Amino acid sequence: MKDRIINIVETYGKDPGRLMDILLKVQAEFGCVSHEAITIIAAALHMSEVDVMQTRSFYHFFTCRPVGKYAVYLNNSVVSMLMGMGDVQDEFEKLSGVKVGEKTADGLISLHHTACIGMNDQEPAALINGVVFTELNRDKVRALVADMKAGKAAQDMVTTYGDGNNANPLMKTMVKNNIRKAGAVVLAEYCMGKGIAKALSMDARGVINEVKESNLRGRGGAGFPTGMKWDFCSREAGDHYVLCNADEGEPGTFKDRVLLTERAGMLFEGMTIGGYAIGAKEGVLYLRNEYTYMKAYLESVLSDMRSKNFLGNNILGKGFNFDIRIQMGAGAYVCGEESALIESSEGKRGEPRNRPPFPVQKGYKNKPTIVNNVETFCSSVRIIENGGAWYGALGTSESAGTKLLSISGDCKLPGVYEIEWGMSIKEMLEMVGAENVQAVQVAGPSGICLPPSQFDRKIALEDLPTGGSMIVIGKNRDLLKDVVLNFMEFFADESCGSCVTCRSFNMILRNSIEKIVSGHGIRKDVEDMAAWSEILRKTTRCGLGQTSSNPISTTIKNFREVYDARVKNVDYQSDFDMQASVMASCEVVGRSSKVHE
Amino acid sequence: MSETVKFTIDGKECQGTKGQLLVDAAADNGVYIPVLCHMRDLIPAGSCRICTVKINGRNMAACTTPVEEGMAIENNSDELTDIRKAIVEMLFVEGNHFCPACEKSGNCDLQALGYKYQMMVPRFPYAFERRDMDATSPKIFLERNRCIFCKRCVRVIKDNEGRSIFAFKGRGTTLQINIDKTLAATMSDELAQKAMDICPVGCILKKEVGFIDPIGQRKYDKKVIGSDIENNHQ
Ligand SMILES: Cc1cc2nc3c(=O)[nH]c(=O)nc-3n(C[C@H](O)[C@H](O)[C@H](O)COP(=O)(O)O)c2cc1C
Ligand code: SF4
Ligand code: SF4
Ligand code: SF4
Repeated sequence: MKDRIINIVETYGKDPGRLMDILLKVQAEFGCVSHEAITIIAAALHMSEVDVMQTRSFYHFFTCRPVGKYAVYLNNSVVSMLMGMGDVQDEFEKLSGVKVGEKTADGLISLHHTACIGMNDQEPAALINGVVFTELNRDKVRALVADMKAGKAAQDMVTTYGDGNNANPLMKTMVKNNIRKAGAVVLAEYCMGKGIAKALSMDARGVINEVKESNLRGRGGAGFPTGMKWDFCSREAGDHYVLCNADEGEPGTFKDRVLLTERAGMLFEGMTIGGYAIGAKEGVLYLRNEYTYMKAYLESVLSDMRSKNFLGNNILGKGFNFDIRIQMGAGAYVCGEESALIESSEGKRGEPRNRPPFPVQKGYKNKPTIVNNVETFCSSVRIIENGGAWYGALGTSESAGTKLLSISGDCKLPGVYEIEWGMSIKEMLEMVGAENVQAVQVAGPSGICLPPSQFDRKIALEDLPTGGSMIVIGKNRDLLKDVVLNFMEFFADESCGSCVTCRSFNMILRNSIEKIVSGHGIRKDVEDMAAWSEILRKTTRCGLGQTSSNPISTTIKNFREVYDARVKNVDYQSDFDMQASVMASCEVVGRSSKVHE
Repeated sequence: MSETVKFTIDGKECQGTKGQLLVDAAADNGVYIPVLCHMRDLIPAGSCRICTVKINGRNMAACTTPVEEGMAIENNSDELTDIRKAIVEMLFVEGNHFCPACEKSGNCDLQALGYKYQMMVPRFPYAFERRDMDATSPKIFLERNRCIFCKRCVRVIKDNEGRSIFAFKGRGTTLQINIDKTLAATMSDELAQKAMDICPVGCILKKEVGFIDPIGQRKYDKKVIGSDIENNHQ
């Protein structure tokens, strides 16, 4: 073991900055990163063990004890649960004889929960040894467990492949694209190389100006003007870097999955154009661990582009050098936050940084860096090809262009839709075949829970901004239990823990909502939750904490009646239950605590 | 090089150098902004959030924000006081603090802030989380029940090759302060003392000595936390 680990550390040039890759490799080969392994890695990197441990313990796909020969990660996010994950989990537990969080005695199967894996349009879904299994049901679980007992490799359990590049020999996944509507920009016909060629025929300033003119704003959710970001970064001195955010962790989004599958070339072109604009030589694609199944395919696209001289040295003979590496994540939603993504790419815990300095000033390796979403880079290619004015004419006055929506939940046609900004929620619901809708969760858990009375509002940065996650919640669902509680569990699990407020409030709020769901809540609890959400929003370092109380605050605002129906209309009620508290001792001594009985 | 900038805190005219962190600039002008994780000249952690102020209408952490010309800062308002009190209460319910038995009592910044904000009963439910203490290193105890995750030890205490002796482990609610057993064994008495001194609470304690300061002579026995900053500049 020792020699092999030292060998791994050496493959990454004994560079502590590549600690993520080292840990990923060790986890894959040994089924865990044991304490022994940490000691060896620390010595080889000349770091302290606690520093290796702090990275190891941050990501949930790193484990300290060996996972099963088949590590089954069940997606327990909202839509998966709505689509029947409960049954799937039950079947896995019955057949394996162990519960989630445990491993069979023979070490064959371990069951785990995991947050949204980017398959909301084909739930319930799970990862088995990194291989994606979608649209699961009890029958399929029986077949899978039989295969495991027969010793089949996880990849060989996949018998049918999805459409498009999902069936590529390097991908061979059952994931479907579910592209329901292609628009004029990212999902329109695409031919590799046109964008790069045009960009390189312009000067860097010209590229930035074109992007500025398009009014493109970031597609990762925050909507920052892309041209301005590139401009700021280009004005800083020293080496520059391009980072692409393919962490796609917001529950309910999966549109980047489709772009990575069908428009990988376009994405890499966009990163190269961005690199040219700001003066970078190196780009990093930060890919979420759940999308490991795409890695070999994406690498092949990169080598294809190198062989065509779209990447590498002296690109298209224009004297510009640029290349891209892929950095895998290891399971942490907060790594989608741009500065956490940078920390993680440097091999560290995914803790968001304090600002200033901003990434455009000091980003990856403390050098000026642009971080952009997959869709943003793809859009920039079309902007260069067709001009900023062409792009700016699409959409609304403040939200130019098109937007990919990932729509899932209670609707007939879940999938990816490229729409022009400005569509109303009502139109969207008609488009996806949704009826009897109780609410639409716009922009994922960190967004807002929208009631039918507001379905006339428009999907646009100036009205309902979204990174793309749209979850339709039917009238038959228990909004507080099925949705709000699940979201708060998610945030409590995913807070990096740096800020006192985010670390504690998310747990406290989760407990409060659970209290209400279990029927013990009072009116005061609802009022407290509203007030505490407000404090949390004002006192955190990053966007996670600023928005993590939204599931509660937006439902209290828009669905107050759901709370009122569930809580006692009183200001005070003791949380202490005498009878329950002394039950255990009563059992031991064989006496009742009820003195007057 | 250093450029002077003017700004106001609760209407009071102040001066500082451009780029200076707001907490430090405020202190230089006799204005106390409470802190738990911040220490002058250290890279800011921005984690305890108790220094939250309002700048031009936006809530910001004063320990991570450089002062700029013309900033209008709100520091003492009912809203901010309530936020700060809430943070103190939150730290008390998150960890397990039994002040009367704690060696840091009287010298503890958290306790002192509890007094300053007149915390009676925390508004939040206690977590009663189990946190194991660590007494394996020869020079110090790690009494994790009292850790507030300020990262001071993580940022300051290194071995002579610059390697970390303290680091975080886990994330979110499983967050823990972790100590490197091998490197902790090499700590000198001075370094152990320094670790105890910079810890704002009673989490890092030096072994073999205890309760050295008699009651009455402890840091906050006779004065409110922050009063030295406020009095220095009258
Ligand atoms: C907790 C958190 C998670 C985020 N996750 C993502 C993500 O998965 N993908 C993404 O593109 N942006 C995400 N963002 C936004 C990024 O911080 C950043 O704004 C974005 O990558 C910038 O790219 P853009 O301007 O092209 O949108 C997240 C932000 C926060 C606060
Ligand atoms: S807000 Fe939450 S996730 Fe963001 S830095 Fe603070 S603790 Fe970490
Ligand atoms: S650390 Fe401070 S607040 Fe905690 S028990 Fe000790 S004196 Fe009290
Ligand atoms: S041990 Fe003390 S100094 Fe270190 S993080 Fe905890 S409270 Fe801060």
